[in-house]
Amino acid sequence: MSMTATAGRAHADPHHIGLVIEHPGPAPKRTVTAYGFWVFLLSDIVMFSCFFAAYAVLVNQTADGPKGSEIFEQRNVAIETVCLLLSSFTCGMASIAADVRNRFWFYLGMAVTCVLGLIFLAIEFREFADLVSRGYGPSRSAFLSAFFSLVGCHGLHVSAGVLWLLTMMAQVFAKGFRADVLRRMMCFALFWHALDIIWVGVFSVVYLLGGGA
Amino acid sequence: MQAVPTLEALMLGKLDWSAIPFDQPIPLIAGGVVLVAILAVLIWVVVKGHLPYLWHEWITSVDHKRIGVMYILLASVMLLRGGSDAIMMRIQQAIAYQSQGYLPPEHYNQIFSAHGTIMIFFVAMPFVIGLMNLVVPLQLGVRDVAFPTLNSVGFWLTATGALLVNLSLVIGEFARTGWLAFPPLSELSYSPGVGVDYYAWSLQISGVGTLVAGINLVTTVLKLRTKGMNYLRMPMFCWTTLASNLLIVAAFPILTATLAMLLLDRYLGFHFFTNEAGGNVMMFMNLIWAWGHPEVYILVLPAFGIFSEVVSTFSGKALFGYRSMVLATMAICVISFMVWLHHFFTMGAGPDVNAIFGIASMIIAVPTGVKIYNWLFTMYGGRIRFATPMLWAVGFMVTFIIGGLTGVLVAVPPADFMLHNSMFLVAHFHNVIIGGVLFGAFAGFEYWFPKAFGFRLDERWGKLAFWFTFTGFWITFVPLYAAGMLGMTRRLQHYNVAEWRPWMIVAAIGMAVLSIGVICQIMQLVVSIRNREALRDRTGDPWDGRSLEWATSSPPPVFNFAFHPDVRGEDAYWDMKIAAQQQSLEHDVPEYQDIEMPRNSPTGFVCAFFATIMGFALIWHIWWMVILGGIGAFATFVVFAWRDHDEYVIPAAEVAAIDRVNLEERRSLVSMAGAI
Ligand code: HEM
Ligand SMILES: [Cu+2]
Repeated sequence: MSMTATAGRAHADPHHIGLVIEHPGPAPKRTVTAYGFWVFLLSDIVMFSCFFAAYAVLVNQTADGPKGSEIFEQRNVAIETVCLLLSSFTCGMASIAADVRNRFWFYLGMAVTCVLGLIFLAIEFREFADLVSRGYGPSRSAFLSAFFSLVGCHGLHVSAGVLWLLTMMAQVFAKGFRADVLRRMMCFALFWHALDIIWVGVFSVVYLLGGGA
Repeated sequence: MQAVPTLEALMLGKLDWSAIPFDQPIPLIAGGVVLVAILAVLIWVVVKGHLPYLWHEWITSVDHKRIGVMYILLASVMLLRGGSDAIMMRIQQAIAYQSQGYLPPEHYNQIFSAHGTIMIFFVAMPFVIGLMNLVVPLQLGVRDVAFPTLNSVGFWLTATGALLVNLSLVIGEFARTGWLAFPPLSELSYSPGVGVDYYAWSLQISGVGTLVAGINLVTTVLKLRTKGMNYLRMPMFCWTTLASNLLIVAAFPILTATLAMLLLDRYLGFHFFTNEAGGNVMMFMNLIWAWGHPEVYILVLPAFGIFSEVVSTFSGKALFGYRSMVLATMAICVISFMVWLHHFFTMGAGPDVNAIFGIASMIIAVPTGVKIYNWLFTMYGGRIRFATPMLWAVGFMVTFIIGGLTGVLVAVPPADFMLHNSMFLVAHFHNVIIGGVLFGAFAGFEYWFPKAFGFRLDERWGKLAFWFTFTGFWITFVPLYAAGMLGMTRRLQHYNVAEWRPWMIVAAIGMAVLSIGVICQIMQLVVSIRNREALRDRTGDPWDGRSLEWATSSPPPVFNFAFHPDVRGEDAYWDMKIAAQQQSLEHDVPEYQDIEMPRNSPTGFVCAFFATIMGFALIWHIWWMVILGGIGAFATFVVFAWRDHDEYVIPAAEVAAIDRVNLEERRSLVSMAGAI
């Protein structure tokens, strides 16, 4: 029938390169979903890079307000970093548990991830609240605007991640390890790890470079 | 500002009766007429009992073909809105010589801002995204896009953006800052009204929609191709789709971030782009153009793809230089990220930087030139049929070359110091955007209409539409080049220079001719729908096409193809036709199988409903409503995630019944062709 009619081998390799690898056809759903989500993460990273760029441009525009070294507390940032890195590990445990359909370890992994995420957010919130109360809010100077936006944007992502995490736990509770739930879990894990990578950038560019000077 | 907000301020934010422009008859009447028209359509739909059909078959549809059609419909309606703005501006400049004309400055400024915003974001973008949605899965030989439900979400969020922009006509005002809202003018201190907020929030919301569409189409092209559809066998339109959507994925987040910074400045007193506290206006220029220049290629690359398909089909030849075309496309994709600075040569970058970006800009013209030559060589020696799509393609080549040349001209920094912000620039980008993107959209519309609806468009009206639009375009825009050379700057509400006057009058006349073209296009649609039985396309291959979309019926069944086609070379369907003739029609009876398709879902529509509420509330500072909208949108996704059945099965017998009808028609065509 017309759909599978062939046109002879000559057309398969019109430029006589000699090697033609036939495309096998549409990829399975899991691959497609993960691939699409990767593309989304890349776009998200582009967005973050704009905030990084803005921070780099504005970092010295303190308008006679505080410089980074005067307001950053390395100890807090260290705790935040430990929390996030640990949470990436526990998130990985939860993913493995989901793959082997082990509910107990899945819930445990996710719960610990959630708690670590919340601790991170609490510390960040306290840092922000403290700065604002001292009169160093984002409208104090362009530097502080860029600082609050970059760090806050990451914080918002983590908050969204926590909401997603809880939704995932509820989904597994209600629906079990269905194929679509597992696909979502895979995307969530990718998301959470990506936030970690971005944090490494925030940590280095904002707190390490800014803390010393 | 009071310390304790009143109840009214809590409930309604900044919204009160003064938001309705009772003192400005033009927007009020225009808005009123549109409102009445919408109401009339709604009432007609409900009374005639079409609502269930619309809901089940269109609004909740996740079929890429339906979504594509809805995108194009949205773009067409918005084209009329943006076109009305254009007519109003042309009339104003024709009469506002040493007088105020009929549009006061604050209104004129809103019109040119709305015109640019609407034409780029709600005409050009949805038109090309619609065509890609409609055609690409068919060309790839697959049954749907990668993420059908997200696809619907993307469309409805775009519609939300369009709705908000149009709402600003009657509730409040639109930005007066131009289509890119440069600070510090767009900052709170210089634009305290809601205009810029309307602008920014509608672009943020529709921007999410565009990003979703981009991710979806990238994944579709890269991961969902039928068997044997190697990269270098994809139709050209798929390649340009890939390039354009890669640009969307890489560039739109920049727009999102930039507008987010502007909004933070406006809503929370940040200092990204303000004059005070260390804000940096040039950062906005860099960021917005780092998105803005790729954006013009996001628009024009799909048009290049359409022309490639059209030129090769109507020349009856394979595309000349297919591989060089692929290379040129990807080269443009990359280089378009390296030229953004040419939009502000005059803003103090210095001669060395300007020189580098000037040269980079001119380099882009090289792959573009490669494409032009490839199209010409495709036509050379071909048996050319000048059907309407081909007319648009040839008209494009002539027009776009001029537009490209003036582009190279303004890419020369010393020249740009003279021409920047002048009417010459306005003429340049209309030359490329109308001559490139819009002509491309029209060519695609004429070319694929039979595929989408099962009948061809009337050729006589189509050709009239082309000639009026083409002539009208030149009469409108050549005068703008001249006026620019005479020193006329863009965005003038009135002027006192006598030499400019005649050119403005000619441009207004051109606009009238162009409008006749648009009317012809509408007539074409009306006449064709009336004569649809006579124009019916029974074989699914009305143009003697070469790629896989012509291998299925018109309109295609929901599942597109009963079998995933097996591709063995470029121009897959052309090869199949030849092979079918050679094999003298010995067909085995195919074994049909059940097909699983994604179920419809109101997720997109409901989500956009909440996004509209949220956007409106954000614009007017109605915070409780913002929270409500946010919760609603989240809940929508949770409900969607809780679904137990996301697919339904079309039984083999039904697939067979649908497919056989088309197979019969097609065989009779092939045997006829074989007889000749
Ligand atoms: C041959 C390739 C092209 C070159 C070298 C080129 C060059 C330029 C330059 C230098 C400017 C800025 C001039 C100024 O502001 O003084 C400009 C503006 C513009 N170009 Fe092009 N261009 C090219 C193709 C295109 C294409 C294909 C499109 C759209 C499909 C396009 C759309 C625009 C728009 C919209 C603007 C004005 C934006 C604004 O200021 O509002 N250009 N072009
Ligand atoms: Cu440009």
